[in-house]
Amino acid sequence: MADTSFDIIVVGGGPGGYVAAIRAAQLGMKTAVVEREHMGGICLNWGCIPTKALLRTSEVYGLIKHAESFGLSVKDVSFDPKKIVERSRKVAGQLSNGVKGLMKKNKITVFDGTARLAGAGRLAVAMNDKSNVTLAYKNVILATGARARQLPGLESDGELVWTYKEAMVPPEFPKSLLVIGSGAIGIEFASFYRTMGAEVTVAEVLDRILPVEDAEVSAFAKRAFEKQGMKILTSATVSNLKKGANNVTATITAGGKSEQITVDRVISAVGIVGNVENLGLEGTKVKVEKTHIVIDQWGFTGEPNVYAIGDVAGPPWLAHKAMHEGVLVVEKIAGVKGVHPMKTENIPGCTYCQPQVASIGLTEAAAKAKGLQVKVGKFPFIGNGKAIALGEPEGFIKTVFDARTGELLGAHMIGAEVTELIQGYSVAKTLETTEAELMATVFPHPTLSEMMHESVLAAYGRTLHI
Amino acid sequence: MSINILMPALSPTMTEGKLAKWHVKVGDAVKSGQVICEIETDKATMEVEAVDEGKVGQIVVEEGTEGVKVNAVIAVLLEEGEKEVARAAAPAAAPAAKPAAPAPAAVSAPPPKPAAASAAPAASSGGARLFASPLARRIAAEKGVDLASVKGSGPNGRIVKADVESARPGAAPAAAPAPRPAVPAAAQPVFVAPGDSRVPHTSVRKVIARRMLESKQTVPHFYLSVELEIDALLAARAAINAVTEKKGAKVSVNDMLIKACAKALRDHPDCNASWTEDEMIQYGAVDISVAVATDRGLITPIVRNADMKGLAQIATEMKDLAARAKVGKLKLEEFQGGGFTISNLGMFGVKDFAAIINPPQAMILAVGAGEERPVARKGQIVVRNVMNCTLAVDHRVVDGAMGAQFLQALRSYVEQPAAMLA
Repeated sequence: MADTSFDIIVVGGGPGGYVAAIRAAQLGMKTAVVEREHMGGICLNWGCIPTKALLRTSEVYGLIKHAESFGLSVKDVSFDPKKIVERSRKVAGQLSNGVKGLMKKNKITVFDGTARLAGAGRLAVAMNDKSNVTLAYKNVILATGARARQLPGLESDGELVWTYKEAMVPPEFPKSLLVIGSGAIGIEFASFYRTMGAEVTVAEVLDRILPVEDAEVSAFAKRAFEKQGMKILTSATVSNLKKGANNVTATITAGGKSEQITVDRVISAVGIVGNVENLGLEGTKVKVEKTHIVIDQWGFTGEPNVYAIGDVAGPPWLAHKAMHEGVLVVEKIAGVKGVHPMKTENIPGCTYCQPQVASIGLTEAAAKAKGLQVKVGKFPFIGNGKAIALGEPEGFIKTVFDARTGELLGAHMIGAEVTELIQGYSVAKTLETTEAELMATVFPHPTLSEMMHESVLAAYGRTLHI
Repeated sequence: MSINILMPALSPTMTEGKLAKWHVKVGDAVKSGQVICEIETDKATMEVEAVDEGKVGQIVVEEGTEGVKVNAVIAVLLEEGEKEVARAAAPAAAPAAKPAAPAPAAVSAPPPKPAAASAAPAASSGGARLFASPLARRIAAEKGVDLASVKGSGPNGRIVKADVESARPGAAPAAAPAPRPAVPAAAQPVFVAPGDSRVPHTSVRKVIARRMLESKQTVPHFYLSVELEIDALLAARAAINAVTEKKGAKVSVNDMLIKACAKALRDHPDCNASWTEDEMIQYGAVDISVAVATDRGLITPIVRNADMKGLAQIATEMKDLAARAKVGKLKLEEFQGGGFTISNLGMFGVKDFAAIINPPQAMILAVGAGEERPVARKGQIVVRNVMNCTLAVDHRVVDGAMGAQFLQALRSYVEQPAAMLA
């Protein structure tokens, strides 16, 4: 009989959970993970990673379609949806196995099952093999993640109306598609399917797409997508989905006008809800608000020895936020010195549409709303040698500084590879650099990163290349 | 075509100002001549009028922004029929071409340079290296916080922004006897105790500080004091007011001093002058600046050609200038310039004082209270109304004897006021 008593048990093996478990093991704690489906969670199996595999395909496909502009002749380009999905699944599978390997290496016990709190220090696990196990813990971390939100009337059916999950493994690619919601998930699928040739309509209920981004980024993205032939409807509500044999007719109201469009498939990407059900939270001090567990800055729920991290514990719903939270909660439990609560404004966010979007910190509007005097710099891709050489002249990098202190308040980027660039500003923000250090930093030439330098210079009226 | 509204230069020397208030918002129709915003300059708040007609398409510089450079775009006016597409379309076409966003950044105050300055405390410690984030160093320099006294909460005790923000300026190193020369004496941090409050400087306050410091540090002052008998002046004032008051102009002692100083300057044009490195500037007109205390600080509106104006006119002008000075509504030309300043604290019962010269002027007259005093006359003690005046003089422009002669002339006008009519 396996051990059933642990220093830390993590419920959920997603990016927050498995990282928390590894850190706990590193700190010498006897650690277990309970995972009901697959190690790596949504991120690795049904989210971040497999979508990146799909988007890589569409990126390469997009490049091939523009082969002429690179002096290449490519004939008879075609694709096989089945192979594209296969590759995506293979990537996810490889990484999921990798995580299992990491659990083994760190001597973390994995229970394949569904856990619920069962009294102080006790966890009841319904194992996937139908057996039941009761585990004892000193501390438990709830990292159960989230799932797609279902809006009444717009519920996914797995056939004609998809969530991200079905959208990731389509038997065939739809010729026409309606994406409801223009957050990161909706926009990434819209971008993927548009590049693969589908007629794509995006309906966003707010007045701009990618609503969490800086307004200038949203506006730029909208124009870029429209140029690619995407149809974008903002301040739009989808009120009715009428399902046909192999299509859906949606009623969309925007600007006081209603129109009906008929599409092969609909992707519902209207946000997520936390997985808080069947966790045995009833009768505990764990509070749930708006489908999320309420925690303090150390991930503590209020119930003795019960912590929560990641998507289930509220926004921003980002894997890297969950991972970081997992580490800090474990370190706090272990009494590691110098643990710091997470600073939301230092968490970058990336969207892998084409063009890519990445940002960190305050938008210009948010900074001003806080009453801060700001200096804003902006540098366009068209002014960067590497961008021109790559054939990627579209996009910009915008930086927002506190005019008084020179603090980098936020950075907002759109364009090729910006998701790989944003970390530079993350480091800068974490180290609390001011504009002076960023200006004094030598950025390699020729790289896209030079724009990060130029944007800072621009904020102080010193840009060199425009 | 949209029209860029630029930060106006309200004086030849103005390089930047504070955009104090917008009177219009985006979407408002603007007529030529309409007041669109207020700009706080060296000395006052000035209203800026629209030159062109149109609709406000964009406010580029938010109100409350300080250090807005002259000629920076502060707003964009759209002409009739023009839509805001120009602005909205800009980023797509060429973000570079968009002046809007980067502009306000470029026009704000020059980047502070504590990068170098803030490095000083660490460097001067001589002992152990001080770990602090660049942002923490900068904020510490601004607040006057000695980093050595701050406990760092960052990795390995690194001092971060939050630590400095919660620190008290000038807080003594907590039980740290290490010989750490705090901040150089010149920048001795001010101790701000609980209950003290921090009042941000207004533009006016900063200008007063800068100009007075500059004056005291660079202008070689000397002082000449006299006692002036003002019985005749008071009698003349009463006689004049008996006539002019019905016309709504009540002449004050100060108004008469303006006239007297103006006449004396006319007699001694050498004193109505300014020093420059290359040459002396002697003024043709006699323009008298009069110090007026306001809630915003000291301001000196000018009575132009005061030697040529009648007392009733001076009184009327002064009343108007003082009233508008108090509400910050003076036009720039009404307080910039002047060849001589009168500062009168007599109404507060101040007996005598010495004033700081208002550069580039060469002289300032500090006027004390007029009061009855016993005075010896021909071996008799008599009571006279006497007023102490102290003239501060820039020795580069005016020598002692020249200043004394000016005061003699002033005395003759004050003690024989009829001479002012001559």
